[in-house]
Amino acid sequence: MIWEFEFIILFLVVVCGIGALAVKDLLGASILFGGYSFMMCLLWAIMGAVDVAFTEASVGAGVSTVLFVAAVFRTSRRTKD
Amino acid sequence: MKAIAMVAVVLCGGLLIYGSLDFPDWGDPNSPASTHLSPYFIENAIPDTSVPNIVTAVLADYRGYDTMFETAVIFSAGIACLLLLRMFTPNAPDSRLYRHTPTGVTIRIEQGGKLPENTQEFQRIDLSWVPYDVIVNTGCRLMVPFIQLFALYVIAHGHHSPGGGFQGGVIYGAAVILFAVSKDLRSAIEQVGEKMTAYLSSAGVLIYAGTGLLCLFLGGEYLNYSALAGLLGVDPIAARSHGILIVEVGVGLAVMAVMVSLYYILSSDGKLDEGL
Repeated sequence: MIWEFEFIILFLVVVCGIGALAVKDLLGASILFGGYSFMMCLLWAIMGAVDVAFTEASVGAGVSTVLFVAAVFRTSRRTKD
Repeated sequence: MKAIAMVAVVLCGGLLIYGSLDFPDWGDPNSPASTHLSPYFIENAIPDTSVPNIVTAVLADYRGYDTMFETAVIFSAGIACLLLLRMFTPNAPDSRLYRHTPTGVTIRIEQGGKLPENTQEFQRIDLSWVPYDVIVNTGCRLMVPFIQLFALYVIAHGHHSPGGGFQGGVIYGAAVILFAVSKDLRSAIEQVGEKMTAYLSSAGVLIYAGTGLLCLFLGGEYLNYSALAGLLGVDPIAARSHGILIVEVGVGLAVMAVMVSLYYILSSDGKLDEGL
């Protein structure tokens, strides 16, 4: 595999991970987490673990992002207590 | 306090990275996994099970016991979410929005007010209602059947290509969730009800465990699908292939039902009334 390509994806994994922790907005954090999952999926695919990549794409980047967004939708911007 | 936490995190991370240095290199032909395990599966998967995708053969046949409890873990996650977050005795909502369809007038009924009876004329809409969008609604409607078909393909074709029960079930659940997002939660619950998700997720685990038990009764070991040969009317090798398909269908059902019920509960605050 082309190492530049792998390096860019790995870099994006780290950026998405740190960004998901650092960002204040919960919706933004969940979207960044979806991006992190998708980059991980690409990494699995590069390493030849296509089944794992498929699972990561459907579960990690797909449904769990939706579940996060659904949970964030039920929060309010400021705490009530 | 923050500094101590940071030191602990950095220390743990450093230890993990240091530990990972002892791992064999990626794709190292001399590692134990490549010298003992992989050759066995590569050489014996097709003669044993006639399944070309070795990952599926390992997942559902050689390590079928492991996968059965993975399914049970997902089932218990769904049950735990149901018990923790579901509100079985919902207090009446503060106010409800109804739209009078012939005139297009939206009315708000405060708590304790008289709710309209004729549901043909009065359409219930969510408090966080967004106007009807032709492109979003039609686009999602068009996509849902194709996603469902693709999910069934992923489950059924797991023998030959990447995929299987987990992925197919998640994709099928995603189709139902897409319908719920594009329309509203209540019309999705009309299609796939809460009881239906509970039945389906239990049925999925039951299919998996029941197949294992059936093998036991027919004279094989637990989850040794070749014991099903007489029942299915095929030779023992093909029976292992068919047995994998049966348990994959069980996994798919359980995963799909749990994903849908998680979405219902999370997006509606556990009330299953008004959702995303």
